[in-house]
Amino acid sequence: MSKTGVFLCQCGGNISNTIDLEKVTEDVKKRYGDDVEVKIFSHMCSGAGQKLIKDDIEAQGLDRVVVAACSPQFHEKTFKGVMEKSGLNPHVLEIANLREHISWTHKDKPEIATEKAKDIVSASVSKVKLDEPLFPKTMKLGDRVLIIGGGIAGIQTALDLADSGKKVTLVEKLPTIGGKMAVLTKTFPTEDCSACIISPKMSDVQDHPNITLYTNSDITDIQGHRLHFKATIKNKARYIKDTIDMDQCLSCEKCVQVCPVTVRNYWEQGVINRKAVYIPAALAIPFRYTVDPDACLNFKGETCNKCVEICPQQVIDLTQKDEVIEEVFDSIVVATGFDLYDATEKPVFGYGKYKNVVTALEMERIVDHISEDQPPREVGNRVAFIQCVGSRDEQIGREYCSRVCCMYSVKLASLLKQAKPETDIYIFYTDLRAFGKGFEEYYKRAQKMGIKFVRGKPSHFAENPFTKQVTVNVEDTLSRDVIETDFDLVVLANGIGLSKATDPIVNFLKLAKSEDGFLKEAHPKYKPVDTLIEGVFIAGTAQGPKDIPDTVAQASAAASRVMVTLAQKEFKIDPILAFVNQEKCDGCKLCLTNCPKNAVRMNDSGKAEVEEALCLGCGSCIASCPTEALDLYAYTSDQLYAAIEAIFANKKEDENRVLVFADDSCTYRVADALGVRKMKYSTDVRIIRVPSSGRVTPSLMMYAMKKGADAILIGDCEKDKLRVSWTSEICRKSIDAAKKILADAGVDGERIYFDEFTAGSLAKFVDRVNGIAESVTKMKKITSDIREELCQRK
Amino acid sequence: MKKNIKISYFPGCTLKTTAKNFERSAVKAGGLIGIEMVELSKWNCCGVVTSLTSDDLMKHVAPIRNFVRAEEMKDQGLVNDSRMLILCSMCFNTMKRSNKRVRENAEDLKSINDFMYLEKDYNGSVGVVHYLELMAEIGFDNIAGKIKKQLKGLKIAPYYGCMLLRPKDIGIDDAEAPHIIEDFIGSVGAESVGWDAKSRCCGSYHTVNNKDIVVNLAKGIIENARLHGAEALITSCPLCAFNLDNRQKLIMEKDPNFRPMPVFYFTQLLALALGLGEEDIGLEGNFIDTKPLLKEKNLI
Amino acid sequence: MSKKIKLTDKGVEFLKKVQELSGEIITLCEQCGTCTGGCPYVDQMDITPSQIMRKTMLGQTDVLDSQTMWICASCFTCTVRCPRMLDVSKVSEALRQVKLREAVDKINIDGISDEDAKELPSIAVVSAFRKFTG
Repeated sequence: MSKTGVFLCQCGGNISNTIDLEKVTEDVKKRYGDDVEVKIFSHMCSGAGQKLIKDDIEAQGLDRVVVAACSPQFHEKTFKGVMEKSGLNPHVLEIANLREHISWTHKDKPEIATEKAKDIVSASVSKVKLDEPLFPKTMKLGDRVLIIGGGIAGIQTALDLADSGKKVTLVEKLPTIGGKMAVLTKTFPTEDCSACIISPKMSDVQDHPNITLYTNSDITDIQGHRLHFKATIKNKARYIKDTIDMDQCLSCEKCVQVCPVTVRNYWEQGVINRKAVYIPAALAIPFRYTVDPDACLNFKGETCNKCVEICPQQVIDLTQKDEVIEEVFDSIVVATGFDLYDATEKPVFGYGKYKNVVTALEMERIVDHISEDQPPREVGNRVAFIQCVGSRDEQIGREYCSRVCCMYSVKLASLLKQAKPETDIYIFYTDLRAFGKGFEEYYKRAQKMGIKFVRGKPSHFAENPFTKQVTVNVEDTLSRDVIETDFDLVVLANGIGLSKATDPIVNFLKLAKSEDGFLKEAHPKYKPVDTLIEGVFIAGTAQGPKDIPDTVAQASAAASRVMVTLAQKEFKIDPILAFVNQEKCDGCKLCLTNCPKNAVRMNDSGKAEVEEALCLGCGSCIASCPTEALDLYAYTSDQLYAAIEAIFANKKEDENRVLVFADDSCTYRVADALGVRKMKYSTDVRIIRVPSSGRVTPSLMMYAMKKGADAILIGDCEKDKLRVSWTSEICRKSIDAAKKILADAGVDGERIYFDEFTAGSLAKFVDRVNGIAESVTKMKKITSDIREELCQRK
Repeated sequence: MKKNIKISYFPGCTLKTTAKNFERSAVKAGGLIGIEMVELSKWNCCGVVTSLTSDDLMKHVAPIRNFVRAEEMKDQGLVNDSRMLILCSMCFNTMKRSNKRVRENAEDLKSINDFMYLEKDYNGSVGVVHYLELMAEIGFDNIAGKIKKQLKGLKIAPYYGCMLLRPKDIGIDDAEAPHIIEDFIGSVGAESVGWDAKSRCCGSYHTVNNKDIVVNLAKGIIENARLHGAEALITSCPLCAFNLDNRQKLIMEKDPNFRPMPVFYFTQLLALALGLGEEDIGLEGNFIDTKPLLKEKNLI
Repeated sequence: MSKKIKLTDKGVEFLKKVQELSGEIITLCEQCGTCTGGCPYVDQMDITPSQIMRKTMLGQTDVLDSQTMWICASCFTCTVRCPRMLDVSKVSEALRQVKLREAVDKINIDGISDEDAKELPSIAVVSAFRKFTG
């Protein structure tokens, strides 16, 4: 025989000065008889109070507990501790919120407050009777890590993790790894060759037994949200038959020679072009040809086939299909890097229109080729570098400093000066930032070489239509003279922003961005490479602008964070998860589409089941289930029905009730905050806690209307603050369905409302519930006959 | 066939005095492309330049008063478009800025309404639209379809000046890379040249007491247009037109080698292309003789 | 000869007054010179637009003796380019207003020739008087 202990807390008068706890006791006893044991005490949270509960559990053989006291946000943990000490499962406990939601809010109306307390305590008793012991789920952790992005950040993270024995999958969207670093000529401030540093690491990635490398590949989906991820990788066709052993393709270059199409080569930044069939660069890893379907004539409805015909090994296969791979990972590192600011967005600088205005990355390639006999382009005699193009410019919405441009301009200018000492070089800057190790010395060396630093930001350029020189207008803010001079070449020091290729990843993993548009770390000081998603880490410039040493340091930090995480070998998840009552499930599959995380799937016996590692416990899947087979632990449908029944059991004929389904994260907290501030609202309001608005199904709404609700308000967090992003959307659909039932039954008025709250929207909550309570008084009463019709459930 | 736009029209002082050819060509051409301009029953000077200090609310009374008239006309069913059409760039800028301010700031609107207590209240329901914007709405392709005389071979420098583009929240196009006048030039079959001075200030009101400034700026603008191959300039501002056209007299006095360049209102080219007569195009009003160029191109 | 300037309470008041009148936070100016670089009038000015920002920030009231604010014709080129979104044309207007509100007019109607009086578009005359009289 089950017996529930009900412990009513006076809270030193905070509760008992308003609520007559004796009357509450009487009511509970009347309703539940010998099934309950009721105690009143001054401070339940005190040592003495806790002992009282523990002793009672043991003496009376209680197997369920309701503590009617303050909000669960204050002492739910305390009382769960008491449960454990008393040998009970902490999940067979319910907290009835008498202080914040009743005694403080309705201080001036003790009698009504007492009535409300009866309703709330009974709702908790009815709910607790259906509580089941729950145990945290333990999930095994493996050693599979997905690294997205094959630049220096991804490479470093991959090598560190692979060396530590983790199984790494590295996915790169381009046909070769190496990223931006492989494109650079030399690095600042040491001027060592960028390609020479990175190419051994690139080879190591290819050769490492613990690394699976997918280049020319996109991530098209990621499911999962903590330490268990399922990624879909699209390995795009290269249209070259598999040549793992390199014994088929001879790299004879005949295909390249006959290809009639010339397009911009990313690797050379367009300074040198490539063919539609190509290897991006001599140091490409993997060193494999690719046919670019965006450029190849055969993909544009023309028949060219020149490469196919000339290939002596016959390895070109233009019918090859993309390959789709699905794999499961325990952790993910996002190392998607940056995109250079697109200077065409700043038309005053004429990039893309004026022949002699180039980006910094183009200049890297120009400088790289400068010592060749026939360099791909001339630089001329007078060269200007323009700092802060796409950085520190609110006109284009980029407030931040890109951190690398000052030094790469100093580097490019220095390299140019060394290669062509006669060149007259100017760097136009606003503030020159030389903060890193060896930077100031490097800056000084450039000044010593004769490079002139001018403090001023140009407003616009013009192109001389005959000489194609670029006229720069700029104030030398130190002399206050305005310089107007024609330059042979203008190099824009483009700022950097999060790469556009990151956006789908952000979407799949629900990552946050900071105001500057880069990925947001879990904490800027002590969790700089973590994200708010457990098991997902960031490395490199995806998190914010940084130079190569900082990127490498951060990449190793991310690798070490992955190791620490995976070293736990297993992890626990909160047991408040969805489950499927197998007997009730008829296999209709309607639930499959209602979980955007795909946590609900069909099992071998044709019934739905929940993949617990993917479930977020929001309860949104339940609304889609016609047989009520889907349910949520700790908030089962039966429990919520029971609570609703109890909350309205004492309702009198002439009274109105506004039932608030309050989501745990925001709406419930607003009501708590209102209590703390002693702010009043309508006494008709009754609040039931739910994990999210998505949990509130049309059936629950109808049952509430049947049992006595005159209006319902369902609250959830504001859209961008939602714990689970889709709950409010699903709730709105449920409300539409419920409203239709009401309308069909001839119930007048709006009656069911949804609204968004933050923990701070105090006045909004008061206005909303008072407004609803007021409007109900103007509506036609719902007759008991109509109420009966609304819901089949007794 | 889409219904004609019947819209209230604020001319401003200059279109009734030195820029009559701007108004007439616009009204007549509008009739042929589906814009019916209904002049406000009564209007006053907008003040020309918007006041830029924060304690200047009263300086917005004059522009706002004109919107009361536009609301009246709408209420009386004299128009089928709730906006007010403006041709003069300066009036456009000033009227749009004042309107934006009171539409976004109820307190300011109330103060101005209180001040104009003998008038009806302005409710903020009128939008401001420039003739070029209306043409873009109608579609330059559609307008091109109505052209009777392609202005083939005419190389035009599209001159925006300041007031059509800046500040950004008032401008009718991208402040740094506008193309609406180029689109218009294309629609009448002429050729627009790319150049550097299309939104460079002409010297504005300095033409009253500091002509040297205007002479320098206007000369620079015209020379840049010529450098890029233009044979004529077009504008939408009677003050730019005066500085770039009439002030060429002073430029020539200072620099005998300076070659004059015709300056048109864009509506004059529209009227010409639509086949309207010389009286409606109003070429007599242009200071630099436009006819030799038009004759050379066989356009008149 | 370099000039020594004093940083005074009166200067702080002056900055405050110009900030209030213009609605712009002049201390935000980072002195990058973009306003100057794009100003079509700069070769007519005695000090550059960025200098009027600087002098005002430091409370140097001699900025009011400069011709720059009178030459500025509110073409808003600086307005659309300032990387800190400051509106230098509003600061110019505020400085003009500080002077004009002392009943100092900068234009004389008798200075307009008969020929100009006949030809000038009304918007030219009205705007000049709005900008140059208190």
